Amino acid sequence: MSRPEDILPPDLFYNDTESRKYTTSSRIQTIQSSMTHRALSLLSLTSPSLILDIGCGSGLSGEILSASASEGTPGGPHVWIGFDISSSMLGIALEKEVEGDLFLADAGQGVPFRAGTFDAAISISAIQWLCNAETSEESPAGRLSRFFNGLYASLRRGGRAVCQFYPKNDVQKKMISAAAIKAGFGAGLLEDDEGTKNAKTYLVLTVGGGDVRGDITSVVAGMEGVDVEDHRRGVPRKRGEERKGGKQWIMRKKEQMERKGKVVKTNSKYTGRKRRIAF
Amino acid sequence: MKLLTLNFLTCAIKTCKSSPLSFPLHPREVELEILETDYNAVFLRNILPRLEWEALRVLAGELGLPSLPESSPDVSSLSTSSEEDDSETPTQVAQDLHRLLLETCIKEGKLVCGCCGHEYAVKEGVANFLLPGHLV
Repeated sequence: MSRPEDILPPDLFYNDTESRKYTTSSRIQTIQSSMTHRALSLLSLTSPSLILDIGCGSGLSGEILSASASEGTPGGPHVWIGFDISSSMLGIALEKEVEGDLFLADAGQGVPFRAGTFDAAISISAIQWLCNAETSEESPAGRLSRFFNGLYASLRRGGRAVCQFYPKNDVQKKMISAAAIKAGFGAGLLEDDEGTKNAKTYLVLTVGGGDVRGDITSVVAGMEGVDVEDHRRGVPRKRGEERKGGKQWIMRKKEQMERKGKVVKTNSKYTGRKRRIAF
Repeated sequence: MKLLTLNFLTCAIKTCKSSPLSFPLHPREVELEILETDYNAVFLRNILPRLEWEALRVLAGELGLPSLPESSPDVSSLSTSSEEDDSETPTQVAQDLHRLLLETCIKEGKLVCGCCGHEYAVKEGVANFLLPGHLV
């Protein structure tokens, strides 16, 4: 399967013809709208909010955000601000007269909003583009970190962000979620139809404080058909590291003393073991 | 671009981030337009505490709009509830705010950072925040 990310940078790939194809294809429209609804259910907004749409394109997701609660948008109608790097896509959004404010901006250059602006952020099929750097001055890691740092600052405490993206492979998936965690987010990956051709990956991000209780797994609490797999470890334990007073430590000390010519008791299977209390 | 958005927008250049002058951006040679939208009471109540009122007053002054009161209006002053049918009617304050924040838009013009002087062009309501590589 060809990936547009590998062909051209986003501002060139989505030219006038490609943008029109993308926006008028009913197949893409259906997929985008179902993904937007899924992302909205993860955001669990209850009242009209200010939402950031990263990579809003021609406003397919934005139209759903501006829809009212009776039309199937929870908590709607929301006010949204969207940015995209492709001017052709934004041109189509202007033609459609979408309600949100549009910006021509590159998410990899940061998010130019003051702290605590948004209640939530949404991104549909966009952030995999951040894993490509087009010039030698920038790197995928740098772009990702600038984006996530900016996003973290611009969300209010207790805010959430859901980014649907198409990872090329596991490495990319890990790189993106690691960058989000480094920026301070609580991050989790939700995968729909895992292992099939139409698998969808959602990066769910929470900002601490506010009304999100517990950790990231509480976002999906109460959702049907979601299995939680927790890959976090408590305190990372380094293998092969000796503890003072442990068996390895005793053995090393005994060897040291032996080399110095001291009299050392012979090693046995009881060396370094604790005496039983009964003794 | 709505004036509400301008109340949240800062300069995108990294070195400006730490400077208080990078917010708000100053509009220059702008052309305004009114795009009617539905009044949304809950949203207005939600966004009001997050507004930088001082920046909004400066903005209204720069755009030559009627001047705003010294301090931000109280959330409770946005609506008057009638006791008969439990419905809430927006007050004049709320309607003016809605007009100013959500219906007044910048159509053409420039936004200038007060710190570095970088100019962001606004065309057909879309602001260009793409930066050349050396400024990122």
